Amino acid sequence: MPERAGRPNLVEARGLTKRFGSFTAVDGVDFDVAAGEAFGFLGPNGAGKSSTMRMIGCVSPVTEGKLRVLGRDPAIDGAEIRARLGVVPQEDNLDSELTVFENLLVYGRYFDLPRSVIKPRAEELLEFVQLRDRADDRTEPLSGGMKRRLTIARSLINEPEVLLLDEPTTGLDPQARHVLWDRLYRLKQQGVTLVLTTHYMDEAEQLCDRLVVMDKAHIVAEGSPRELIAQHSTREVVELRFPAGTQDTLLHLLDGVATRIEVLPDRVLLYTNDADATVAEVHRRHVVPENIVERRSTLEDVFLRLTGRSLVD
Amino acid sequence: MSPAMRVVESRFLTYKRTWRFGLTTSFVNPVLFLLAMGVGLGSIVDKGADAASTLQGVDYLTFLAPGLLAATAMQVAAGESTYPVLASVKWNPVYRGMLATPLHVGDLVAGQLLWTSLRLLQTTVIFLAVMGLFGAIESPLALAAVPAATLTGLAFAAPICAYSASLERDTGLSTVLRFGIVPMFLFSGTFFPISQLPTVLQWIAYLTPLWHGVDLCRTLCLGTAGLLASVGHVLYLSVWFAAGTWLAVKAFEKRLIL
Repeated sequence: MPERAGRPNLVEARGLTKRFGSFTAVDGVDFDVAAGEAFGFLGPNGAGKSSTMRMIGCVSPVTEGKLRVLGRDPAIDGAEIRARLGVVPQEDNLDSELTVFENLLVYGRYFDLPRSVIKPRAEELLEFVQLRDRADDRTEPLSGGMKRRLTIARSLINEPEVLLLDEPTTGLDPQARHVLWDRLYRLKQQGVTLVLTTHYMDEAEQLCDRLVVMDKAHIVAEGSPRELIAQHSTREVVELRFPAGTQDTLLHLLDGVATRIEVLPDRVLLYTNDADATVAEVHRRHVVPENIVERRSTLEDVFLRLTGRSLVD
Repeated sequence: MSPAMRVVESRFLTYKRTWRFGLTTSFVNPVLFLLAMGVGLGSIVDKGADAASTLQGVDYLTFLAPGLLAATAMQVAAGESTYPVLASVKWNPVYRGMLATPLHVGDLVAGQLLWTSLRLLQTTVIFLAVMGLFGAIESPLALAAVPAATLTGLAFAAPICAYSASLERDTGLSTVLRFGIVPMFLFSGTFFPISQLPTVLQWIAYLTPLWHGVDLCRTLCLGTAGLLASVGHVLYLSVWFAAGTWLAVKAFEKRLIL
């Protein structure tokens, strides 16, 4: 198996498939995750990201294809692999009957760590996720962001080599997301391999060295965020918003104004390598939108290009 | 430490907070029953013309107490196997978290049943001590009623776990109590010998695990236990426990391994 910059692959999937009855959630995907990298699955809800993650986490049996995690087969060595993974599931499953500290304690015990190891580690982790002063509180009154942070602390109790994060910041407010991103970035710097799913392009851009775009059970593109944008989009984008009902009647005036034009229900996207020149051209043609935004191309544009749909729908 | 014990440990942490409530169902209630039915109602029953022959030659309190012991084990087992199991699948989904660790589904079931058996041991030991205080023990064989009642509880715990783990809503939990636990509590020989029942109901009573638990505990406490009958009871209860455990593992797998 090819290695990336001399680092071994911690996850390898070939033709990986997951079916639930007649429904195919993951359809023959191939990918590798190298040690130390932050690898992302980007895609809308229902694309098959979580099913893939659950297979990597050795909690969901592979229907077909090959999967190796830490060089081993989940079907045979599930427990041994799980001992070396950290998992942050999409929905928090903290024990609401226990305190913050007790949650870390029992979770460490599930890994058969002695209490003498768990206690100092738990305190360190609570410090790391800024929950030290809540150690003796029950988990129920914690905010969404705090629960996620505690779940991350819990996932680190066994000092995992790979951390699996399924939509780590979905449903969090912007501040809580930035705190989480910062913590994840520090973990990455400490050498923890991160595998995460997200439907937020900014999250993927912030955290991922490399990612695959998933849609309808397939991988439709792969690369670093920059590579994907270079490959599938232009450098810049001009967004035009027109008064309600007038968009369709004005479209013909925009012919050829940009490299590519994407018409969305509420706005028109002009893909171009020079936004200023494109805006000037729009003005020259006497098209007067309600609003013009110039911006850099993002993964959202890549996704739109590849699937014809926006990420969060 | 064995994987199942690690699951028990986490249950114990929760129990430390709620043990007062647990003690009510497993201890205070049976004592009240013994007082009200055994002593209170018993004072009338014992005056009945053929009371002595129907009640195997002992007073009503002594007849009732071992039956209540078995029935209490059933109730404690049902309590531990209904809401806590469905909650761990659904509202407080700790099982999913556990399965992301080296634990297997079998460890969760084993841990759940091990925990239940510890609760059963605790309950039956206390209960037997109370019976001693009431003077309702006729034979040293009564000590064997502790494992007997614990096995009775497990014969219920395992299949109820399987059932609870497969439920979508908690309304199904009260169905178990309403149509399973309560009728058995009343008609499986706890309060009166099933010879008092119409023949058809007698045969139904013979099929219930509770009757076997009641008869086993009662004959042990009265010192009238026969070897063959006792072995038969133990085997019958063990079959329920074993089959229930197998079903529970299947139900947990179906629910949790997707």
